[in-house]
Amino acid sequence: MTALPAQWLEKDRRRLRVDEAAIGDRIYEVITALCALIVPALVVAIAVAIFAAAWPAFAKLGLSIVTSSDWDVAGGYFGAAPALFGTLVSAAVALVIATPLAIGVAIFLSEFSPAWLRQPVGFLVDLLAAIPSVVYGLWGIFVLIPLLREHVMPFLRDTLHLGSTPFFTGPAYGPSMLAAGLILAIMALPYISAVSREVLLAVPRSQREAALALGATRWEMIRDAVIPYARSGIIGGIMLGLGRALGETMAVTMVIGNRPEISASLFAPGYTMASLIANEFSEATNDLHLSALMAVGATLFVITLIVNAIARWLVWSVSRVRAR
Amino acid sequence: MRTTRGRHILSGGMIGLTYLAAVLATLPLLLILWHLVQKGASSLSIAFFTNMPKPVGEAGGGMANAIVGTLVLIGIASAIGLPIGIGAGLYLAEKRTTALAYTVRFLSDVLNGLPSIVIGIFAWEFLVRSIGHFSALAGGVALGTMMVPLVTRTTEEMLLVVPTSLREAALALGYPRWRTSISVVLRTALAGIATGALVAIARIAGETAPLLFTAFGNQFWSTSLREPIAALPLQIFAYAISAYDEWHRLAWAGALVLITIVLVISIAARFVTRSRFGAPVD
Repeated sequence: MTALPAQWLEKDRRRLRVDEAAIGDRIYEVITALCALIVPALVVAIAVAIFAAAWPAFAKLGLSIVTSSDWDVAGGYFGAAPALFGTLVSAAVALVIATPLAIGVAIFLSEFSPAWLRQPVGFLVDLLAAIPSVVYGLWGIFVLIPLLREHVMPFLRDTLHLGSTPFFTGPAYGPSMLAAGLILAIMALPYISAVSREVLLAVPRSQREAALALGATRWEMIRDAVIPYARSGIIGGIMLGLGRALGETMAVTMVIGNRPEISASLFAPGYTMASLIANEFSEATNDLHLSALMAVGATLFVITLIVNAIARWLVWSVSRVRAR
Repeated sequence: MRTTRGRHILSGGMIGLTYLAAVLATLPLLLILWHLVQKGASSLSIAFFTNMPKPVGEAGGGMANAIVGTLVLIGIASAIGLPIGIGAGLYLAEKRTTALAYTVRFLSDVLNGLPSIVIGIFAWEFLVRSIGHFSALAGGVALGTMMVPLVTRTTEEMLLVVPTSLREAALALGYPRWRTSISVVLRTALAGIATGALVAIARIAGETAPLLFTAFGNQFWSTSLREPIAALPLQIFAYAISAYDEWHRLAWAGALVLITIVLVISIAARFVTRSRFGAPVD
């Protein structure tokens, strides 16, 4: 008579525990899903914030904000074409310098480095990404710029006679597109080399062995068997470096000279979109000026968003191949 | 037709070039560190850590408020970035193939690549403009936003390293799924997640651009979350572009302190993981 209810009770208790577990699981799932949802929410919120702030300027000036080169605060006219130009040119200079170096390092680390050097060199290159941008800027002002002004610029212009091309002419002040490009090259390098190293390591051994077995030299193996296999991943890495270079603010602001002019010469001072915002934000005199700066920010947002999306897609396409 | 000899010479030359690239790529780091020590160490003193900034011409100014300000900002950013990032990482590791997981993975990579100045504008629009004044809180939110995608992705990566057998064992012993995740899987991956957290902190500790619109900087002592707050990177920037030698010296000293903080955290992160997994994971 007494045994049966006790059994039922036991059964009930067990069911209760299972229910508790189910509730716990449910709460846990909801919390983690909410955390995950915050990421897309942040991206949307950033887009909303930036376009809301930029709207008055776009409404008043339209696309002339990015196409006109007349930036006249007093006159209430804002054309940031020189900053757009400066952003693209400084990033291009950076990539031209950083890409061969970064790929060279990545090939060195994945193929040729003695085992004892691999860790330290990889670590040192990675550490470049950890240096704060304001420290790069400080170093740029007090070390790189004097070096450029006194040695590198005269050497390029006079000794190498590159002064006859439009790209290396004019007085060597120091703060210049060249200085910005060089600093950005150092800053983009670790990103390009980290991704390149990863995709090079993902190339199957059989690919290398087959090339060597066919009589290729070690360089021919890299050129004909390894790099083609890793190409889109490497391009993705370069795009990531490009994204960094386009949006970099402090270091560039400190060395580029901040003059809103379009000049073909890399010796001339320039402006970038990010440095324009950083420079003029605190002295923005009226709402339209502020909104114009935000419109420049919105343009930068769209450009970097596209560049990053393409970069990620390229890197992923390589890792998908690897997974297959 | 090229000769075998020629091809081998070319090969040797190109391999030599990769060695050269390695030398050239490590050179800037060594140069920067060298100059920081050379120019910064001589201006470092006890006063630098204990004194407040002083007007031009007065010797013995320090960055006490900026150092504390940076710590406050890191604290706020971590309080926001770490829980959200770890939670999202748990989601990604457990629901690997849902549409939300793919979206979050992609967008956190995109968010990670957005310029920090853009994130500064975002915090400014919501937390400065609408409230009416700059604040430490807005600065912390901007930096926390930057931490979220970094922590999310490293947490996911570290959780995936945990063997499935561990999870299955816990479930077989009757652990509910949520307890399995938290006290078995998360705990096993803790060292790796700590590494990710440290890397994220090192990354935001030196950020300047988003703070221009949010924390703004402060010449005075303040730890209030609702007031503008000083930060080491902001102070370095202000001093570096000033016209005074004394301030330039302080900027170098500040940069040396900042880079020491960042490098100590970065290197600590390496060793936390190494001791756990045998090799650094990054």
